[in-house]
Amino acid sequence: MRLISENSAFAKRLEKLVLPIEEASKELLFDCRMCGQCILHSTGLTCPMRCPKNLRNGPCGGVRANGNCEVYPDKLCVWVQAVEGAQKLPLWRDHIYQVERPVDWQLHGTSSWVNLLTGRDQVQPAGWAEEEHEHQK
Amino acid sequence: MSTKNDRPIRAASRLERVLRAGLFAVTAELNPPDSSDPQAVYDAALVLSEVADAINATDASGANVHMSSVSLCAILVTAGYEPVFQMSCRDRNRIALQGDLLGAAALGVKNVLCLTGDDVTAGDQPEAKRVFDFDSMHLLRTLKIMRDEGQFLSGRKLTVPPRVFLGAAENPFAPPLDFRPHRLAKKIKAGADFIQTQYIFDVPVFKKFMERARDLGLHEQVYILAGVGPLRSPKAAEFMRTRVPGVVIPDSIVERLNKTPKARWQEEGMQICVEIIQQVREIAGVAGVHVMAYRQEEVVNEIIHRAGLFPRLSPGAFGGSKALAANG
Repeated sequence: MRLISENSAFAKRLEKLVLPIEEASKELLFDCRMCGQCILHSTGLTCPMRCPKNLRNGPCGGVRANGNCEVYPDKLCVWVQAVEGAQKLPLWRDHIYQVERPVDWQLHGTSSWVNLLTGRDQVQPAGWAEEEHEHQK
Repeated sequence: MSTKNDRPIRAASRLERVLRAGLFAVTAELNPPDSSDPQAVYDAALVLSEVADAINATDASGANVHMSSVSLCAILVTAGYEPVFQMSCRDRNRIALQGDLLGAAALGVKNVLCLTGDDVTAGDQPEAKRVFDFDSMHLLRTLKIMRDEGQFLSGRKLTVPPRVFLGAAENPFAPPLDFRPHRLAKKIKAGADFIQTQYIFDVPVFKKFMERARDLGLHEQVYILAGVGPLRSPKAAEFMRTRVPGVVIPDSIVERLNKTPKARWQEEGMQICVEIIQQVREIAGVAGVHVMAYRQEEVVNEIIHRAGLFPRLSPGAFGGSKALAANG
C-alpha cells in the first residue's frame, strides 16, 4: 500500500503535523516508544518496544514464574500482556503467530502513521523479503 | 511443511547425523574458562567427548564475561571435537552476528544455537549497554537466509554459503505457558532444525508442553533435545531458581537435596538428573538430551552411563553417507 510518495514535500509536511499527535496519543494509550513501524495490532495492542530486550516475536525465556519481567522484577512482562491482549482482539488474533521482521532503526522517532501511508514501514531487507516469499509458496 | 527427516542435509554434523538416524542424541554444555590458556577447554572437552555427540560453547551465559564462544569453538574444532556455537543477540548487532557466522563456519563449526540471551542485569556488569538489535527469531532466519539463499540479510551475495545445522532454545516453564508451544512453532518457521530446552526439573509441566507441541505437529518438524543438569547442592538449587533467569525448580527437589547429608549432595543431584533423563526419554517427540553441568563437567560422563545412554552409537552409514548420497 503506497498512498503517498515517501520523499514528497507533502509527506514531510504531514509528518510534521501528525508526529506530535501520534506521539502524545500513543504514549498515553500504549506507552509507545515511537519505533516508526507499528505492529500493535499483531501484539495484542501492547507495545513490544517496551520490552527491555526489544523482542518483536514473543517472550524471552527469562519471564518470572509470576509473569513478571526478567529485567524489572516489579513489572508484568510485556509479552504476557501481549499474548493475553491478542486473544481479546476481534481481528488480527493470528498475527501473534507470524514471524515479525527485524526492526529498522532508521525509522525510530518517525511517525508510523505516515510510514504506513508511504509504505516505508513495509520496506524489508532484500534477503528477508526473498525468504518470506519462499515461505509463502 | 516438510518433516525433519526429509529436509535436505544441512551440515552433516555428527549431531545432525545422529538425530536423522533416529538415535537418541546427547549434547553437553562446556562453560568457557576465565583464562587465556586453552588447557581448561581441553580438560573439560576430554571428559565430555566420550558421551556427547556435540559440545555447546556458551556465549557469556548469565551475562558474565568468559572466553568468547567463537574462539572456544575454534579450539574445540582444532582438537577434533564437534561444537555447537551459541550466539546471543545481547552483545552483537546484525553486522557482527553475520560476520561471526561466516568466520565460525570457515573454522569448521557446523552447529549453531541462536539465542536472545540473558539480560545484562543478570551478570556482574549490569551497567553494560544491551544491544538486542535482533531477537532470536531474527537471528535464526538471517542465518537461514545466509545458508539457503547464499546471501546476507541485505541481499548481498555470498561466495560460499555457510553450511550449518540451526538450533534454538525454548523454555517450557516460563509464562505465558500456553504460548510456549506456539513460540516453538515460530522458531521452526524462522528456521530452527533442532531445539535445546531450558533445564527440566518439573517433568509433568514438560510433558504437557510436549503434548501441545505434538498436537501442533511440531515434533515432526524439529528435533527436540530436553535440557537437564545435575544440582550440586541445596544452595546451588536455591541460587539457580532465584538468580538464573527462567529456571524453575519445584520445592520437592530442593527438599530432597535438603534431606540429604552434605557429603552426598553431589551424588543425589546426579541421581535426580539420571531419573529426569529416564523420564523425558519416554516422552514422544524427545530426540535427545542436552546436559548442562555448570562447572562440574566431570560428572556428565557418569550421568550418561547411569542413564543407560552408553555406549554412544555412531550414526555411521545409516544417518550419514546414505542420506548424504541421497541429497547429492
